[in-house]
Amino acid sequence: MSTTVAQAGPASAGSADPLKERRPLGDRVFQILALASGLLVLVILVWIAVSTSQQASSWFTTEGWKIFTNNWNPAANDFGALAFIYGTAVTALIAVIMAVPVSVGIAMLLTEVVPYRWSRPIVYVIDLLAVVPSVVWGLWGILVFAPWLNHIYAHIGSAVQGLWILGPLFGPPTSGASFFTAGVILAFMITPIVTSLSREVIATVPTIDKEGAYALGATRWEMIMGAVWPHSQGGVVGAVLLGLGRAMGETIAVALVIGSSAVITSHLFAPGYNMSAVIANQFGEATGVFRAALFGIGVLLFVFTIIINVLAHGVVERSARRKRGA
Amino acid sequence: MTAITAEQKPDLREPKGWRRTKNRTMTALMVLSFILVIIPLAFVLITVIGKGASAISWSFLTSDIPPQTSPVGVGGIGPAIVGTLEITAVATVMAVPLGILGAVYLNEYGGRNPLSAFIGFMADVMTGVPSIIMGLFIFTVWTLHFGLSGFGGALALACLMLPIVIRSSYEILRLVPNSLREGSYALGASKARVTVTVVLPAAIGGIVSGSLLAIARAAGETAPLLFTIGAAHTTNTNVFSGANTSLPSLIFVNASSPYAGAEALGWGAALTLVAIAFILMIAARLVTARFARYTH
Repeated sequence: MSTTVAQAGPASAGSADPLKERRPLGDRVFQILALASGLLVLVILVWIAVSTSQQASSWFTTEGWKIFTNNWNPAANDFGALAFIYGTAVTALIAVIMAVPVSVGIAMLLTEVVPYRWSRPIVYVIDLLAVVPSVVWGLWGILVFAPWLNHIYAHIGSAVQGLWILGPLFGPPTSGASFFTAGVILAFMITPIVTSLSREVIATVPTIDKEGAYALGATRWEMIMGAVWPHSQGGVVGAVLLGLGRAMGETIAVALVIGSSAVITSHLFAPGYNMSAVIANQFGEATGVFRAALFGIGVLLFVFTIIINVLAHGVVERSARRKRGA
Repeated sequence: MTAITAEQKPDLREPKGWRRTKNRTMTALMVLSFILVIIPLAFVLITVIGKGASAISWSFLTSDIPPQTSPVGVGGIGPAIVGTLEITAVATVMAVPLGILGAVYLNEYGGRNPLSAFIGFMADVMTGVPSIIMGLFIFTVWTLHFGLSGFGGALALACLMLPIVIRSSYEILRLVPNSLREGSYALGASKARVTVTVVLPAAIGGIVSGSLLAIARAAGETAPLLFTIGAAHTTNTNVFSGANTSLPSLIFVNASSPYAGAEALGWGAALTLVAIAFILMIAARLVTARFARYTH
């Protein structure tokens, strides 16, 4: 946005400008093509909303408010989606709770602790995590990670059984494919994006603030808490929201490791389901209202992720603006 | 920090006691968080290489996909490799030029006007739209009318790539110095000519590397292809008609299969897919290192 060429160039000068008359055809065509490509983003977003809502309309009309009940039984024509919404919320929260401290820690490490020549290799390693495809996380998750976690879950489960709060959360029934396994895999997958966004925000903290803190005799940690953190808080919140949005929408890895059981339970080590996974797993065999219901879950997921992303980018842009102004 | 300690060595050591303990504990925790991230990454890569490497051979890479019940070592993933390359290539041809043009609009034409700001904001938001939604969307507007084909998958992947290409190209175009533009305007060039012959060449390194990363992301996506390309066991070189297959789809199907042969095939396909993604990422790094004139 920093460019001011718009005023300098002949294209956007006032209408009385004689240069405007002489703009060649190719120039105008190019501008129109560029504008059309930009508008394509808006067209696609609106088209997604309209086309999927149309496909889902019979679900909304036949079920009404029952879409928000916990009753999913396609064989009996019951299509309440609450269990999937619950699963999406639980897995995404587990992912964010685990990924955020680690990501912010790495971001601080990269910007405040290690020298520049070390930070580049570390960034490469974190980026590798983002390059591993979702389906490979899923394959590894279900064939290697879940069987291994299953033992750990069983031990924890028998240890906390009957305890207050811990029992209902981590007690039996336990299974390798569960809400918690899905949450852990999602945490791995969102760590790179939360890290890189937090790092960008933290890197904008003015050096003079940091030097000021050091000059007052602060240790590095005191400098981080006193100078870096207050400055980057807002941006980090945006990064966390973006990570949450990614975790909500991630499909294939979750579809493989969540256990595919449409229930609402406090037991995190038990099999569950979420919105994206149910679409991926059941769409192939769905017809009629069943298919409309899956489209409807897609529409809800689309709306949720759009809201989260709008909030996230709004927060990031606001904190960036405040920084520029300061 | 080094500069400060170098100038006044004796005075600026960390204070003793609780403050030092806290400082060191927190630094150790930051290092620990990096180690926590390396462990799963190493775990995944070692498993994929360990289980996949034994499957890889020339015939594995070229043979047709066998039935799931086949024993270990029979058949290969040829059709899936061809499908992935075809679908990703067609998606690239659609998304990259449009994405670059979109970025040109945002930076060269739009500037700070409200429409441009809104489109830029929505492109950001669109990068967060779940890939499965793109699959549902293309299923509705394409597959329902024209049937399953590789092209449907390519459309879905293109929708996924478009905002990523716009964002990465836009960030690079912003870094091109205005003096370059002004110099060519002064020579009497039209805006389109300035953009095509001066601005884009100056930014080409960053644009190519951003596009390669978008391609790497798209090549590994499964969800947009689930409902749009169907399933095939033989090579389908016609991307515009007939069911097709891809590496991620093959891995997804085989991951939940109870047969040992299918599982082994899945690991081999996973190694191939990870290798393709890593090659694209390394290519992006090389392009950045070699051609990028204006970087952050």
